[in-house]
This record gives sequence, structure tokens and C-alpha cells, in this order.
Amino acid sequence: MDETDISFFKDGLRLDGRRADQLRPVKIEVGVLARADGSCYIEMGGNKVIAAVYGPREVHPRHLQEATRAIVRYRYNMASFSVEERKRPGPDRRSHELSKVSREALEPVIMTSFFPRSVIDVFVEVLQADAGTRTAGINAAAVALADAGIPMKSMISSCAAGKVADTIVLDPMKEEDNFGQADLPIAMTPNGDITLLQMDGSLTPDEFHRAVEMAMNGARDIYELQRLALVKKYSQMVELPGREEVHVCD
Amino acid sequence: MDRKVVVPGDLLSEDAKRSGEGTYVKNGSVYSLLYGLANFRDKINVIPLAGKYVPGPGDNVIGVVKDITFSNWIVDINSPYDGLLHISEFPKRIESDEMSKHLRIGSSIMTRVADVDPTMKVELTLNDKKLGEIKAGQVIEISHTRVPRLIGKGGSMISMLKKEVNCNIFVGQNGRIWIHGGAEDMDLALKTITLIEREAHTNGLTDRIVDFLKAEKGARS
Repeated sequence: MDETDISFFKDGLRLDGRRADQLRPVKIEVGVLARADGSCYIEMGGNKVIAAVYGPREVHPRHLQEATRAIVRYRYNMASFSVEERKRPGPDRRSHELSKVSREALEPVIMTSFFPRSVIDVFVEVLQADAGTRTAGINAAAVALADAGIPMKSMISSCAAGKVADTIVLDPMKEEDNFGQADLPIAMTPNGDITLLQMDGSLTPDEFHRAVEMAMNGARDIYELQRLALVKKYSQMVELPGREEVHVCD
Repeated sequence: MDRKVVVPGDLLSEDAKRSGEGTYVKNGSVYSLLYGLANFRDKINVIPLAGKYVPGPGDNVIGVVKDITFSNWIVDINSPYDGLLHISEFPKRIESDEMSKHLRIGSSIMTRVADVDPTMKVELTLNDKKLGEIKAGQVIEISHTRVPRLIGKGGSMISMLKKEVNCNIFVGQNGRIWIHGGAEDMDLALKTITLIEREAHTNGLTDRIVDFLKAEKGARS
């Protein structure tokens, strides 16, 4: 895909005016769904994703349950109106794969052994897609899990890096993803343990290391936003009665 | 009291001995397992803001009978796990085919968790004169994470409440609360409990509740 006639950079900035190592604007809201045990709405650039967590609850169908731990189910789903050309609704090859890798990105931090014979259901709905929906979904799901009061060893944050016009860029948007040379999404804990790493396209070993490094820095920034959103939800809860200052962890 | 909002994975202390509820230890340091409020005393406890009730032995709970099997009542206890009330745990001896005469599907009971095994089989008992079927009054549901606050340190909050509103109150650890008393008293108790639930995470709550009750009573008389 080297012979693209699109130029990805203008005066050293990307098409949407970002530097190569800059994230798109992120907005996170916690507890947006009253019926779910935990929920989160996230916007990352043009991506709009909502995540809902139910459980721990009884497993149906019964044969899936595990005697010693909770199982985690993760459903990634794209709304038919989330992309330019109407997407045929329902699970497909791609959403199956994303559900699986996203589940495996979150499962290592969830204390499943606390809830034998139960299930933790995570539903992620992509309302609007603009490249990097799996990372947005994982970010939203991690916040929703925390909001549901589910014990976890740490949060999970996710971010992608890509390669366009032989340059490594952070958090590729749609044009860069479609016409770029590589895309590399990761998910990790704030202290740098990677739980998801995928890549398509091609990178040299050196580029790969730089891309992973860049994506990890992006994920760290997103972690700060995730925790800020959670802390903010608490302060709003306290402010309602209108009393006392909240001590916020630095 | 030193309190802080924390999210899962936050470092709470470098001293592994201070690890309390809602925390875990890794490489000698204490980290939070939950999104909630960390209390820094001798031990550090993290109190969640949400979450499901997981039964523990000795918990008083309020349940609703949802099924009857050969020798067990299956009881919904507002948890991922159902409670099993065995026929032998009923205060008097009854025959298997007469179980539904004593507790029907839909009956509410004040009960106690006798035992929980590692596969989360929850055994309930009714063998205490405090326990039994609910025949009068009303049951309300709050988040089980607020129950410790409703009970207060050593039961201070709940005993004060019982005295002040002149009601019988049974607090289930699963967040269900039974209130029984005069119509007006029950209304006041309900209002107070909702207030406690909403402000559970603030300091000096007991004093404020005393003031609230005084004001409410003043308005009434």
C-alpha cells in the first residue's frame, strides 16, 4: 500500500492536526446505564462506544459454569449504523475475534476466583467507528468493570500505534488505518504488563519497538483519564448532599 | 479519619502487614482491588461503592422463597448464589410433603447463613427465635455495600434508629431491610434509611441522622 496518493502529513502535522505522538481527544463517562451493574461511555476521537457490565451472576447455560472461578463473557458488537456503509447486523468473523482478544485482555486482572460458578458479562456496543474501536471498547469495559465493583488487580488501558508514510504514529484515525502500512493495538496494566498485542501490516523490528513504546505511552495517558473519570463520578455522588471535600488520590 | 478514592491497582502502602479487606499484596506492597474508598487505619480497607453480595457464614439475610424441592426451599438472597434452606433447619419438625404449607413460593423470610462451602453452596437456617417468616411490615432494599454504615460501629446507628423511630428493624447483610411499626413510624424509618444510604460515605453521619430525626419529629408534633 505504499503507492497511496494521499499525503498523511502537512507541515509536520497529521490530517486532523495532531502530532505523530498525540492522542485524539478522549471523553469518558461512568455509570451511564441505570440497569447495568456497571457502565461506561467513551469517545476517542470519532469512536463512540458504550460498555455495560452485569454480574457476577448465575451462569446460563449451566454447562458453561466453572466450579472454582467466575467465567468472563465479552461481546463486542458494532451497530449497523456505526460505519459509513451499513454493516449487516449480528456477529461476524471479525467481532468474534475481537470479543475473544478483548476478553483475554481483561481476564488476567479480574479476580475470577472470588466468584465460583458465576459469570461476569461485558457488553460493548460500538455506536460510531473511526479506527481503534477495540481499544476504545477495552478502555470502556475496564472502567465499567470497576464501576460494577468487581475486584481487579489493576485497571487495563488500551491504545494503538500505526505506521503511515514510513512514520510511526499514535492512535491512528480512519484514513491512517485504511491507507497506512501497519496498525498495532495493545492493552496493558498501568505498570506495563501487556495483555493484548496485535499487529497487521509490516514493521521492521526497530519500528515495532518504537511503535510498542509509543502505544504504551498512549495507554498510560488513557489510564490517567480512566481514573479521573472514576474519581469524578465519586465526587459527584458526594456533592449531591453538598458536604465535605473529597480527598483525591494523586 | 484519612480516606481516599481509589481505583483497582492503586498503591496503598509499602507495608504488607496493613493489607485489609479489598486489598491485595504484591512484592511486599499493598494495592487496591476495588474502586471505592480506602480507609487508612492500622489496616487499610477499601470499601466498594457497588458490587454483588457474596454470602458469608453468620450473615443475617432476608430472602424470598423461589422454589421448593424434595427437602429444600430454594431462597433468593439477592446474590449470584441461591440459598438452600433444608427442611431440618426449620424450627419445628415437618414432613416433606407439607413444606409448602409452612413456606410457600414468594414467602419472605428472615434467615441466617449457616454455612458456605467452597463451591458456594449456601446453607440457610431458621433456628433462632429472631428468624422466621415475614408476615407484617415492609421490606426495603439498599445496596449491600451500605449495610455496615446502617449498622454503625458496634451497632450504634441501628440501635439509635430503632429507639428513635420506635420500629422493629431487621437488617440483612444482603441489603434487604425489614421494618415493622406504626404507619408514620415506618415512613420516618424509611426516609432515614434512604438518607443513610445516600450519605453513607460521609463523616459524622450518626450525629447528622440524630439531628435529622429530631427535626422530622419536631415537624410532626
